[in-house]
Amino acid sequence: MYIRSSRRVHGMLKLYYGLNEEGKTVDQAESMNPCDINGTHFDPEVYLNKLRRECSLGELMDQESCMVKQIRSLDSDMQTLVYENYNKFISATDTIRKMKNDFKKMEDEMDCLSTNMAAITEFSAHISGTLQDQHAQITKLSGVHTLLRKLQFLFELPARLNKCLELQAYSQAVSSHRRARCVLQQYSHMPSFRGIQDDCHAIMDKLAQELRQKFRDGGSSAEDLSECVELLLQLDEPAEELCDKFLSHAQSRLEANLRGLEAETDILEFIDRGCNEFVSSLCLVIASYQELFVNRPQEGNLASKDIPHMAIGKLHAFVDALATCYFSLVERRIQEEKSVGDNSLLVRALDRFHRRLQAVAKLLPGSAVPSQGTEIVVRAARERIKQYLAALQSFYLDSLRDVRQALAAPRLGGSSAGELLSSLSASILNQIKSVLASVHLFTAKDITFSNKPYFKGEFCSQGVRESLVVNFIKFVCQSSRQFCESAGDRGGSTPPALLLLLSRLCLDYETSTITYILTLTDEQFLVQHHSPVTAVAALCGEARGAAQKLLNHYVKVQGLIISQMLRKSVETRDWVNTIEPRNVRAVMKRVVEDTTSIDVQVGLLYEEGVRKAHSSDSSKRTFSVYSGSRQQTRYAPSYAPSAPMDTNLLSNIHKLFSERIDIFSPVEFNKVSVLTGIIKISLKTFLECVRLRTFGRYGLQQIQVDCNYLQMYLWRFVSDENLVHFLLDEIVGSTAHRCLDPAPMEQSVIEVICERG
Amino acid sequence: MEDDAPVIYGLEFQARALTSQTAESDAIRFLVGTQSLKFDNQIHIIDFDDENNIISKSVLLHQAGEIWHISASPADKAVLSTCYNKTSESRVVTCGAVWSMPPEWESGSHESPDDPHNSHNPQNLELLCHLDNSAHGNASSVLWEPMGDGKRVISLADNHALLWDLTESSTQATISSSATLEGKGQLKFTSGKWSPHHNCTQLATANDTAIRGWDLRTMSQIYCIENAHGQLVRDLDFNPNKQYYLASCGDDCKVKFWDVRNINEPVKSLEEHSHWVWSVRYNHSHDQLVLTGSSDSRVILSNMVSISSEPFGHLVDDDDLSDGEDNHQDEKSKEPLQDSIISTYEEHEDSVYAVEWSSADPWLFASLSYDGRLVINRVPRALKYHILL
Repeated sequence: MYIRSSRRVHGMLKLYYGLNEEGKTVDQAESMNPCDINGTHFDPEVYLNKLRRECSLGELMDQESCMVKQIRSLDSDMQTLVYENYNKFISATDTIRKMKNDFKKMEDEMDCLSTNMAAITEFSAHISGTLQDQHAQITKLSGVHTLLRKLQFLFELPARLNKCLELQAYSQAVSSHRRARCVLQQYSHMPSFRGIQDDCHAIMDKLAQELRQKFRDGGSSAEDLSECVELLLQLDEPAEELCDKFLSHAQSRLEANLRGLEAETDILEFIDRGCNEFVSSLCLVIASYQELFVNRPQEGNLASKDIPHMAIGKLHAFVDALATCYFSLVERRIQEEKSVGDNSLLVRALDRFHRRLQAVAKLLPGSAVPSQGTEIVVRAARERIKQYLAALQSFYLDSLRDVRQALAAPRLGGSSAGELLSSLSASILNQIKSVLASVHLFTAKDITFSNKPYFKGEFCSQGVRESLVVNFIKFVCQSSRQFCESAGDRGGSTPPALLLLLSRLCLDYETSTITYILTLTDEQFLVQHHSPVTAVAALCGEARGAAQKLLNHYVKVQGLIISQMLRKSVETRDWVNTIEPRNVRAVMKRVVEDTTSIDVQVGLLYEEGVRKAHSSDSSKRTFSVYSGSRQQTRYAPSYAPSAPMDTNLLSNIHKLFSERIDIFSPVEFNKVSVLTGIIKISLKTFLECVRLRTFGRYGLQQIQVDCNYLQMYLWRFVSDENLVHFLLDEIVGSTAHRCLDPAPMEQSVIEVICERG
Repeated sequence: MEDDAPVIYGLEFQARALTSQTAESDAIRFLVGTQSLKFDNQIHIIDFDDENNIISKSVLLHQAGEIWHISASPADKAVLSTCYNKTSESRVVTCGAVWSMPPEWESGSHESPDDPHNSHNPQNLELLCHLDNSAHGNASSVLWEPMGDGKRVISLADNHALLWDLTESSTQATISSSATLEGKGQLKFTSGKWSPHHNCTQLATANDTAIRGWDLRTMSQIYCIENAHGQLVRDLDFNPNKQYYLASCGDDCKVKFWDVRNINEPVKSLEEHSHWVWSVRYNHSHDQLVLTGSSDSRVILSNMVSISSEPFGHLVDDDDLSDGEDNHQDEKSKEPLQDSIISTYEEHEDSVYAVEWSSADPWLFASLSYDGRLVINRVPRALKYHILL
């Protein structure tokens, strides 16, 4: 029993201290075991029964002694524990007792505190009650103070503003005024405030006046100006008016620039100055203007919404107007640039001009100025082409004049005409080349405007190729043709040699030069033919036409000169009463001489040409003289030969008739054809003149002699000698017809006279 | 529509002078004067029967000398004038005279053209009067007053223009006034024309390269076209319907049309011939038709619509308009009128010195070449109908 109770006490203690003794697991495992002496469910009866049943006596004895030993040790342990805990308990009791006393004291103090607090609260409430009135008063006073300070500001405002005005601290003045403005506005019904307001207004008006004055003043810089504008805007100055003023101010300066330009003489300097002064200033004006009016932040009531819009509109108008002035100036200046010597200056000037305008384009997108500038450049280029054409033309005419003088100058030696031709044609070609080179500058890579579509396309094809080259070639042909027309009516004012030379020139153009020039142009300018251009063949045709016309005219003029001699010689003589012929008349010799010299002249420039085979005795032919009594049958030709002739000649004559001789007919480009034409004209004139006269016997004989002489010398020049035979036959025949006493001279006598010369 | 072939007539002698019988308005009749130094010269009166295409001729003798110019009186069929060469004592003088055909020539000496050598016993012309004034040199042409009564003629003699009054049935000629061309050198009228306009008070003459206009009332010069042609001016003719228009031709192979109110520039210039142009004639009724003859042996008929009095074609009467209006308008709109060469006649083999329209039939003309060949041609039918319709 004891054991059980001790165990119980042990367990309780253990519980109290919370100790976990060793063998705890065993305890739990065997806790249900009633034989476990340390277990909770230990049943001494069961244990004893078990021991008695199982153990022998010895063992029981041992068990008993072990048990007693264990009880003794347990007792001692318990005694120790009790002792220890007792001390602790004693001290705890002491402590509690002491605490009890302390609390009591504290309670008293707490009571005292609460009473004190109550007193304090009471006091505080009391004080508050007392101070309430004063506080309200102070607040009111402080408000009055502030108001008074404001009022003071207001009262001092006019003076301040005046002072600012004196010191020219405009911005300060404006900001001060801005602060006061609303108040003044609000209290303007009170007389005193009204006075201030009026004063302020007066001062501010003065200020605005001064600002405007400053604004108007030409001298102030752009920054000053912009400041002025800024302030004026803040002063509710109407923006539109300001824009106008700003612009007009700028305009006066820019116009001064423009005026300065007018004095400039050199084109490059002109453009330079224009760019540096006018265009830069313009850009500056545009920039500051945009800064001021267009790009400014929207400041509520200050800037109404359409200010930028309005301002931009004004700016455009302004820039356009000024640019128009400038452009007209530039254009006038460019037009003055007439000397065609050095094109590079002009091109460079135009390039600069064009380049600088791009700046305006960047500043002011949507402006027409750059495109107008480009147009000016285009126009200048066009104008230039025209000038070059004119220069080429005048060069050509000058060359012609030189050639004419050279031809007129009495010079011996046949090579002159050929040399003149080659030098003329070479100098023209050189001139064309140099002009092409000059014009080519417009399309150089480093020129800004060369990549404009105009300069890539139209300039090359329509401008250079058509207007310049083709027109020049046409001009050459045209002017050549004009030589034919003017000379025809005024009796050959153009020397025939020049006609001949030009004809050859045109022919050369037709065969080679035109093709060469046009190929050169196309290569240099990479002409792309967007629009139809004149074909080479058409130009060649024109040149050939001109050459033909010139040559025809040459034949006509030369024929006319000889005709005139023959005509005069026939018309002025009294053929009825002339003496028996002893000589060939001088005029015939002259005719032969002239024909020979023409032959030489033509031979220098044209090839020989084809002629029919000569009969060996050409110069020995006899002329048939119709017997006077010949009666014509009705349809028989009047020229029917009566003298014996070989049948070949007769058939030739018939052939001639079937072909019919055209006197002023086109000639071929060779010497023989030219000479044939001239001789034809001359002899036909001779024939017609003879038919208008009446002859005596010796008159007829003289004509016989003359014709024989012509026959002797002229046959060699013509393509078909039968032609000469025929015409001379006609002359003699007609003379015989017109003869009162047709007694022909013996052929032998004629020959003797002719050989005598 | 084949055009009729030309009709050709040959004279035995060389000839330069041709005129139509101005006073004859029914028969187609031309007068040709011959040039022969050895034989008696003749005046051939050529009658053309248009319907049968037959030529019949009569020959009258002109024994005074070779004929350089001939013109017929506008009033009396039987009266004509000639300029002829008279050779005496190895001097050659050109004279003018007015002649009358013998009254019975028509019945008496009518011959068949097929019998060329049957010119025996032709009758002589009867001399009415000489237009002679030895002081005034050689006559180059005699001009009758156009549409006049045959009482007034002008003769051009060297550098004088003489206005004659014919009295006593043209047997008496007296100089009523004269004009003289003065200047450097030996000036000589080559040809002239009496203007049918302005009440016949104007005369145009040619000398060398100049054309001059004269007022016959004062016998003073009105205008002068210097250098009208590059060379000698050969002939003139007035536009019968446009009073200021004048055609001229010359040795520069050109035919020029002038408005004498503006003498600096010709209105038009043609250069179709290949040698001197000797004669130019306006058609009497349709002045767009211009005939020229040249020593290149060609005759050219041109249609100068642009400067004619009918530049827009034949003006249609109101009566015609009422029924055929639409047709006409269509025609006009689709046929733009342009100056053109209508035809070139190449029947001649020698120089053609004279061309003349018939005074009876406006569609018919004659040309005469030096070898004595007279060719009668008609305006192509297509053109004729084009003009008429």
